[in-house]
Parts: sequence; structure tokens; C-alpha cells
Amino acid sequence: IGVDEKSLISILTNSNEEHKRSLWKGSSKLFIEDENGFERWDQSSIKILKHQFNRFRDAVVLSLLHPWERDARLIEKAIRKGPKHYNVIVEMACTRSSDQLLGARKAYHSLFHHSIEEHLVTHIKGRERKLLVALVSAYRYEGPGVNEDVAKSEAQILYEAINNGDKNKLLDHEDAIMILATRSKQHLQALYRHYNQSYDKTLAQDLEGEGILKDTVECLCTPQTYFTRVLEAAVKEDADEESKRALTRVIVTQKEQLVKEGFVPNKIQDILLGLYKDFMLASIASGDVK
Amino acid sequence: MATLKVPAHVPAPSEDAEQLRKAFEGWGTNEQLIIDILAHRNAAQRNLIRKTYREAYGEDLLKSLDEELSSDFERAVVLFTLDPAERDAFLAHEATKRFTSSHWVLMEIACTRSSHELFNVRKAYHDLYKKSLEEDVAHHTKGDYRKLLVPLVSAFRYQGEEVNMTLARSEAKILREKISDKQYNDEEVIRIVTTRSKAQLNATLNHYNTAFGNAINKDLKADPEDEFLKLLRAAIKCLTVPEKYFEKVLRQAINKLGTDEWALTRVVATRAEVDMVRIKEEYQRRNSVTLEKAIAGDTSGDYEKMLLALIGAGDNVQDDVFVDIFPNNTRDKCCC
Repeated sequence: IGVDEKSLISILTNSNEEHKRSLWKGSSKLFIEDENGFERWDQSSIKILKHQFNRFRDAVVLSLLHPWERDARLIEKAIRKGPKHYNVIVEMACTRSSDQLLGARKAYHSLFHHSIEEHLVTHIKGRERKLLVALVSAYRYEGPGVNEDVAKSEAQILYEAINNGDKNKLLDHEDAIMILATRSKQHLQALYRHYNQSYDKTLAQDLEGEGILKDTVECLCTPQTYFTRVLEAAVKEDADEESKRALTRVIVTQKEQLVKEGFVPNKIQDILLGLYKDFMLASIASGDVK
Repeated sequence: MATLKVPAHVPAPSEDAEQLRKAFEGWGTNEQLIIDILAHRNAAQRNLIRKTYREAYGEDLLKSLDEELSSDFERAVVLFTLDPAERDAFLAHEATKRFTSSHWVLMEIACTRSSHELFNVRKAYHDLYKKSLEEDVAHHTKGDYRKLLVPLVSAFRYQGEEVNMTLARSEAKILREKISDKQYNDEEVIRIVTTRSKAQLNATLNHYNTAFGNAINKDLKADPEDEFLKLLRAAIKCLTVPEKYFEKVLRQAINKLGTDEWALTRVVATRAEVDMVRIKEEYQRRNSVTLEKAIAGDTSGDYEKMLLALIGAGDNVQDDVFVDIFPNNTRDKCCC
């Protein structure tokens, strides 16, 4: 991921006509002989190269923005791009602190002249709408003090919703949505523990395959699991464009958190290239508190 | 505009605190002095007095008030003294408790406060009750009421005046369809009422009126006994013409056999610094009698004096020159 800019510049500036000609003829994967007598650059290769250059740009831009503006823009983009990107909305709503989420909501007003919830309900017609609006509207209490009895009984409510009810209707289950969207993170983490103890599996396991519901639970209860999952998907051999983009987003927005969780940069170091790599590694290193 | 009257020369908070302390001392309480001070200071001044009082006497002013005063007068004084965000948090919390539960108070707070004010209420709620407002509302309401109230208290509506007329037309149409099918709790109805900016909602309702010949609230009266419908109509009123909503609450509170003091106190205490002038005008227009007269006729003693002072009925001893504390109606900006 990324481009080795130094090498590329060196090659391009030093190559003469003949050198270039052999480059075109030699790289049949990148250059195709066109019927009009020239070696045409393969369209998809251009796209890939542009993407790779853009990664650095995106990383820089994301870093420069005020976190509120950054999150607001990420949310707006995700809404526009559709269902495959709803996990970004979940990520923004559930991994930020209550005041950061409020900040993003304020920034959204300034940037887009609508509230996030308005845009969500206008653009999302699917069943995910209820959950997403509720998550984005939360202003969770962040202090200590959890009622263990309530956490336990709410774990039961979720268990029954998942196992006894119609799994397809989970996103419409009012009580489940209320619990996930209004309870404090401490409460939900206690609920997660009770679920595990009572039913011998984790809530996340029970929600396997349930898309944004699983993302929601992970982001709220075990954020490090969520972020590790996203990062690993990004550095896989056959990672798709979206997964790779997630790499930038997660590292730039979560660098302090990543360092705290002891995230080891070695894996990504091997896969990244050029300025993009330097920037990403520096981002993580700067979050290093010593 | 506010009816609260603050003297041109306000004594230092320490002086006010001292006077209040004197009002509590000895046998009995000097209620008039309490009214003279607390009913004539704005929110920022009252906060300072509370702070100074605590520093000087080691006790929260509200606690002293609670010990010295009683009944409706006490509630009026305590409610008014509270900082507006704390006051709303207190009222909202009360509204989720079993014996004082009230969908109306929750709806009223959610719909008549500005977006920033509502968020300040949510912050204050965290500090006071160690819970979020929305989780308490979700936990203590059910069914259609929960479907409406949780999004209402969680909303952070866009505050701008921009209006999209195409959207207004299409959403008026959606509302018309749902109402004709008696699907009052439909997702679309709820989402329009709970997410749109007040300006946009106003445009939609105006268009509804023009296109379909009836104001939406008239069409929503189809079933006069339906409590949920009543709440929905009231929410719409609060979002678009709050002074008319408050006029009605006052009218019903006063006309009731025996007054509904809680409603009366709540409206006066929460609107004295906001839009009580318009509410009074609306009241007089609708009832052919001034609010002052109505209140005087229905209440008595120190409670009556406190209410009258808050709505600007001045016979006040203190000063000749009063200052309109919010000359340009900056209410949306003052509490951030």
C-alpha cells in the first residue's frame, strides 16, 4: 500500500526515450498495444496508481482536520456511499467519547446545514436506519457506577432477542436498540461480561454475521477487537480498496488508542511504501507516550 | 422576550447572599426579601449568588431555601433559582419517576428548548443523576411514547433558517397519507417530527395547511381521546408556536377546579427569562383577561407574589428603573 515516491522519481527523471520505450514494451501487464500504434497504459493500472498516491494525501488531510470536522466529513461520506460503509458511521458514533460525538454533530451542522440524524433518515431507507440514528443521537454517561442487576437482566433481553426471536428482525427489536443506543459504555461492558458468564459465549460471537449489530457491540464493548479486525483486513494480501482506506482512517483517528493497546506496527511496516508508510509509522510513533 | 425585571444597579453577589441569609435568620422567614432578590436576578447573577452563598456559609442556597420555605412558594423559588439547564434536568428527572411521571414535561423540554440548551440539559443530567437523559426516558417509557420521546430528547436539530420547499411539499404529503390512514405512530411521522429543523418543520406544516385545507393539528384531532395523539399535537405546537402551547397549559392550569400549581409554576419559572412577554400577549388575546389578573385571582400569599414578580407585574420596592435583560432576544445564545 502506498507508493515508493523516491524510487519512482528517480526512475522517471532519469529515463530517456529509449529507456521509456523498453519500459512500455516490456511491461505488458501495465502497457497494452493499442491499434493506433502506441502502448496504452491499462486503465485499471492508472486507477490503482492514483489510489496509491492518494493514500498519502488522504492521510495528511485527515490528520490536518479538526477531529470534529474530520468525523463529520467521514460520516457524511459514509452516508452517501451506502450500506457497505455504514460500519464507519457505527465506528464514529461508538468509539468516540460523548463530547467528541457532540462535536462531530456540531461540525455537521456547520458543514452540511443539516443534522446528522436528518441526513441519516433521508438517505437510509433500510432496516439499519433505526439503529444508526439512535447511535448517533446518544450522549452517553461516562462516569462510574453500574447497576449489575440491570446489566444482567438486559443481557438476558439481548440473549432472548437473538436466540428466541427472528434473527432477521433484530434491527427492529426496540428494546435491543434502546439498550445499545442509550446505556453507558461501562454498563454495556458489564452486560457483555454477564452475557459471557451466563451463556458461555460472547455477545459478539452470537452476533456473528449480523453486520453493523456486531460492529456496534464490538465498538462499544471491545473496541480493540474491532480495530484489530479492521487493521488486519487492511493488510491482507487480497484486501479490497475499502479495507485499505480503513487503514488510514483507523490509524489517523485512533493513534493514541492503538499505542495504549500495544499495537505493533511491524505488520503494517512490511506492507506500506514510500511517504505513506513514513507518515503512518510516524503517526503511531507520535502517539507513543514515554 | 423575558418578563424578568432586574434592577439597573444590581448589588454585589455577596450582598445578596448576606441579605438572603438574613431573610432566613430568626423566627420565621422574610419571604418578601427573598422574592425581591431572587425574582429579580438573571441566571448568571443567581449562579453567582449561589456560589457566593456557599463560600460564605458552607451550605447550598437551595438547601437553605428547602429548609425555610414550604409548599408551592418553595417550589417556585427553588425552581426559578436553579440554573436553566439544571432546572430542566431536574424537571425531566422528576418526569421519569413513577409518581410524578409525565410525558408532557419531557416533550415540552425537548421541543421548546434550543438545540444547544437541550444539550446543556443533557450535560447537567449526567452531572446530577449519573445517567444519561435518554437512558432514563427509554427505561421509564413504553411503546409509542418511547418511540416519540427518546428521539425527541436526543435530537440535535439544525438551527438554521434554510428551508427546502420541495422537501416541505413531499413531507407534507407523507404526513397527509399517514394521518389519513390513522398511522400516527408511523416511522415516517416520527422521523419528520423528531429530526427536521424547526424552520423546515414550519415550512412543511404551512404547506400542509395550504395544500390540504386544514392545519395538521386539526387533522390530528380525529380521535380526541387518544393520549398519544394529544402528545403528538402538543409536540408539533411546541416546535412551531411554543407561546400558544404555553398559553394553553396556563389556561388549563388556572381554570382547573383547584389550580394545577405544578404546571403553573413550571411554565412561569421556565419561561420568565425566555418568552413570557409573548405568552402573556397570547393569554390576554385568548382569554380577554391579563395573566396577572388570572394568577392573582387563582393563587394567594407568597406564591402569588413570586409568580407575579416573575411575570413582570411590578410594584416593586427596590428600584424605579428596570432593565430589560435580553433586549434582543438572545436566548438561543445565552446558555452555551
